[in-house]
Amino acid sequence: MTAELSNSRPRSWLLRAAALLPALLISGCNWVVMSPSGDIAVQQRDLVLISTGLMLIIIVPVIALTLFFAYHYRQTNKSAKYEPTWDHSVGLELLIWGVPLLIIIALGALTWTSTHLLDPYRPLGRISAQSGDIGENTPVGQLAGNQQTITGGKPLDVQVVALDWKWLFIYPEYGIATVNELAAPVDRPLRFKMTSSSVMNAFYIPALAGMIYTMPGMETTLHAVINKPGNYEGFSSNYSGAGFSGMRFRFHGVSDAGFDAWVAKVRNGGGGLNRANYMQLEKPSEKVPVRYFGGVESSLFKAIVEQCVKPGKPCMSDMMGKNPHDGMAMPGVNGGSGPQDAGPRPEGGLMKDGDEKGSGKHWSAPADIKRDGANAAPGSPANRNHTMLTPSTMPGSRPVANG
Amino acid sequence: MSDSILKTIFGRLTLESLPLHEPIVVATFGMVAIGGAALLAALTYFKVWGYLWNQWFTSVDHKKIGIMYMILAIVMLLRGFSDAIMMRLQQAMAFGGSEGYLNAHHYDQVFTAHGVIMIFFVAMPMVTGLMNYVVPLQIGARDVSFPFLNNFSFWMTAAGAVIVMMSLFIGEFARTGWLAMPPLSGIAYSPDVGVDYYIWALQIAGIGTLLSGVNLVATIVKMRAPGMGMMKMPIFTWTALCTNILIVAAFPVLTAVLAMLSLDRYIGTAFFTNDAGGNPMMYVNLIWIWGHPEVYILVLPAFGIFSEVTSTFSGKRLFGYSSMVYATLVITILSYLVWLHHFFTMGSGASVNSFFGITTMIISIPTGAKIFNWLFTMYKGRIRFELPMMWTIAFMVTFTIGGMTGVLLAVPPADFVLHNSLFLVAHFHNVIIGGTLFGMFAGINYWFPKAFGFKLDEKWGKVSFWCWVSGFYFAFMPLYVLGLMGVTRRMRYFDDPNLQIWFVIAAFGAALVAVGIAAFLIQIFVSIRNREALADHTGDPWGGRTLEWATSSPPPDYNFAFTPVVHDLDAWYDMKDRKHQRPVSGFRAIHMPSNTGTGVVLGVLSIAFGFAMIWYMWWLAGLTLVGIFATTIFHTFNYKRDFYIPVEDVIASEDARTRMLATQGA
Repeated sequence: MTAELSNSRPRSWLLRAAALLPALLISGCNWVVMSPSGDIAVQQRDLVLISTGLMLIIIVPVIALTLFFAYHYRQTNKSAKYEPTWDHSVGLELLIWGVPLLIIIALGALTWTSTHLLDPYRPLGRISAQSGDIGENTPVGQLAGNQQTITGGKPLDVQVVALDWKWLFIYPEYGIATVNELAAPVDRPLRFKMTSSSVMNAFYIPALAGMIYTMPGMETTLHAVINKPGNYEGFSSNYSGAGFSGMRFRFHGVSDAGFDAWVAKVRNGGGGLNRANYMQLEKPSEKVPVRYFGGVESSLFKAIVEQCVKPGKPCMSDMMGKNPHDGMAMPGVNGGSGPQDAGPRPEGGLMKDGDEKGSGKHWSAPADIKRDGANAAPGSPANRNHTMLTPSTMPGSRPVANG
Repeated sequence: MSDSILKTIFGRLTLESLPLHEPIVVATFGMVAIGGAALLAALTYFKVWGYLWNQWFTSVDHKKIGIMYMILAIVMLLRGFSDAIMMRLQQAMAFGGSEGYLNAHHYDQVFTAHGVIMIFFVAMPMVTGLMNYVVPLQIGARDVSFPFLNNFSFWMTAAGAVIVMMSLFIGEFARTGWLAMPPLSGIAYSPDVGVDYYIWALQIAGIGTLLSGVNLVATIVKMRAPGMGMMKMPIFTWTALCTNILIVAAFPVLTAVLAMLSLDRYIGTAFFTNDAGGNPMMYVNLIWIWGHPEVYILVLPAFGIFSEVTSTFSGKRLFGYSSMVYATLVITILSYLVWLHHFFTMGSGASVNSFFGITTMIISIPTGAKIFNWLFTMYKGRIRFELPMMWTIAFMVTFTIGGMTGVLLAVPPADFVLHNSLFLVAHFHNVIIGGTLFGMFAGINYWFPKAFGFKLDEKWGKVSFWCWVSGFYFAFMPLYVLGLMGVTRRMRYFDDPNLQIWFVIAAFGAALVAVGIAAFLIQIFVSIRNREALADHTGDPWGGRTLEWATSSPPPDYNFAFTPVVHDLDAWYDMKDRKHQRPVSGFRAIHMPSNTGTGVVLGVLSIAFGFAMIWYMWWLAGLTLVGIFATTIFHTFNYKRDFYIPVEDVIASEDARTRMLATQGA
């Protein structure tokens, strides 16, 4: 494609228009899902291509036959055969049920194996297509609680928290955390533990691996590896409210040395992240610039998953199994204490008195017309940023420019 | 008057609830108000209110109810498509720091409303409308099993549509996506009225859908003409039966899951909350246990239409009738076993994901068999390229592509990279537009002459066809590409300027579709104006094969003066083949159900009830609920439910048809 474009000198508008198509296709070479940089995503891409190829075996003849029959058996073509009562053929029936069945058997087998091999919970079996399967290389690390050995060293743990509307990444091994910036050394297995603070999101770096939901009160896992250094895009791929479109971050694949430098930069970049800070950070905000935290309270992620960062709120694991006869203690059931200690939850509409019903204000009204001045004009930025909250400034932390 | 008393009366409805600061909404309201006032004035001026009330609104005739469903669907299509145009425009504009012209609050409502309206208030009423109109005629019945229930179902669906439309001008609609997934749709994260509008619109319309499903199942099972065994039913009736079985089995799940969500929102239970033992994943599962069968509810009747159309316009028996029936049944059953493929990425284990992936692929086998059956129906046929057949060919090509991308998405690891992307959006539009919508257009063009006695204009029909089909490809093929570039759905603005060209192409496609919709409306208008020239007096303009073509166009209120007796599949073709003589004497008075206004009253009360619940006006909610029950009970004491069409009237209309046929030389 590239050659075609560079060799052809557009001399007329026709040639120029013809050049547009390859130009569009060239950008196709940059389709990230089709040309990813992480081994998991590469295997997923291959699966997309193989499945498509398998299905084309049947799709192409069907479309071709449709068009051919429609043309050939048109009313005006009197030379074509016409058999108005022909409506059955055992051979054809066998063919039209059998061939799709065979293809689905092949595809089903492929699905079963690939789904297990590429299960996001499964520790990596290889680092890249070039490195070969594990066992061929000398094992240098072993996963805790798992017999499987892997190349490339112990996986790098990253705890991912989807907040409204930004990403918090905690590196427990290094005791650091970042907002909206992620970095990892090339060819080292990554193990993401993911959760969400409020609503569902999905953690997706197309160049690295497929997406997995992040859900409040739950922890999901994703194993992946990045094979090429680079600056990649990551974002939430599950709609999560007003600030969703701006919930993006950069993912840097770097060398080991580069990663150490990055860790050092984060260490020096800001103060610590503790529960009080987190409560501030958790509040909804949009388009949040990158932030670094040089230290992290070690139990923070567990507290986020168990929804008990707020002081005094009991953790989910504490609420379960309090009663020996009952796995889960519920309020008022089997004497379970439980969520009534959990602090105020939003009240149902029916419980509300007349004067606490809320205004039912139309929420897209500019945040504060009186204070912001006459900015009700359409197109005014003030109309856009009604969800924008001032990013909280914490002692010892400073916002770092995106990059 | 104190604030508290005001809030007790009006709940959370205040002047601030009106979106007066949204110029787009205000302008829309202005246009709707002027247009609506003009329409009402015209109706009053031409004194058609009485006619509308007596002949249409209170009618229990399945044909009139079917037509009202279609009108509702077409009106709502305009609303749903306006939302689509707004989204395409926003996404084509919002690049390089520009945030387009819609703020998050507005945009998020637009994409939610688009999905909800297109599925619940366009596709569903269209499907239900066609089934309502055609099925009783195809099985040689005089009406459905429960004629009043049919009228009531329609008004409940219309009431749901009214509630959705109200949200445009009073308050706001949900900003959650079309399935309102908690925790986002819970009271904690959506405290405003949007999700309540969503809940009550769907609950009220859902009652209508469920009851019409019950009605049609009973009709098909119990009211077929003598001789029409199950395996002699027209294929459209078969697909209608399977669709309605799906409705009856799936819609209660939607009702239950929305009821639980409303309990969470109204009385503070914790089914789907983050804390207190709630589990949002349960909602996701439940809503898709309804949601996946829903997809087949929409597409099966379209399959039925394509079967009828292919066979009629190829002048040939349908290839593999029984394999078609079994394929439909297999799809019906399997559609309950695949719901998890909508959320492979939620973290289920590999075995669970592969199970649901493989069941999904298995559905493609009977679906593929259907495509082959249409293909071999065309084989050795004499294909007439009338409009319905053109839509069918377009469907076969388009739907095959959509099916392929669907099977691709059923491979879990592939889904991990394509889920929630524009690839997914392109896929489901590919099957819903390419399947259901093309099917509905085929059906409208096919049965319009039956319903009104004249064909639809062909020239404008072709303009509409080509604009729709090319518009579809322009609008959605770029979305496949964007999905492969890792672009997620429901985005309001983008950073990467390389993407913009694709969104511009997609917006161009949407504009083409807009021309297609306009051409469709012009087609109807032109056809009404030229109805004399386009008239069909035979009742069988296409050389039809099934019983609906045996009667006049439009059919008399009683459909058939004598119940036809069926001997073979393609009953009408068989009758023509055997030189069947239409009976011209020996008519008798015909027993028919009476009209009633109860359905309208219940519909209006339901709108008021829904509105009261949405805005926390408890007194009004209580009052209207009592009103609904009182009206229902009162209606049970209405004993004037039937009447006889006098034999003179039957003779008069049948003789008129005899004379008409004689002039046609038939």
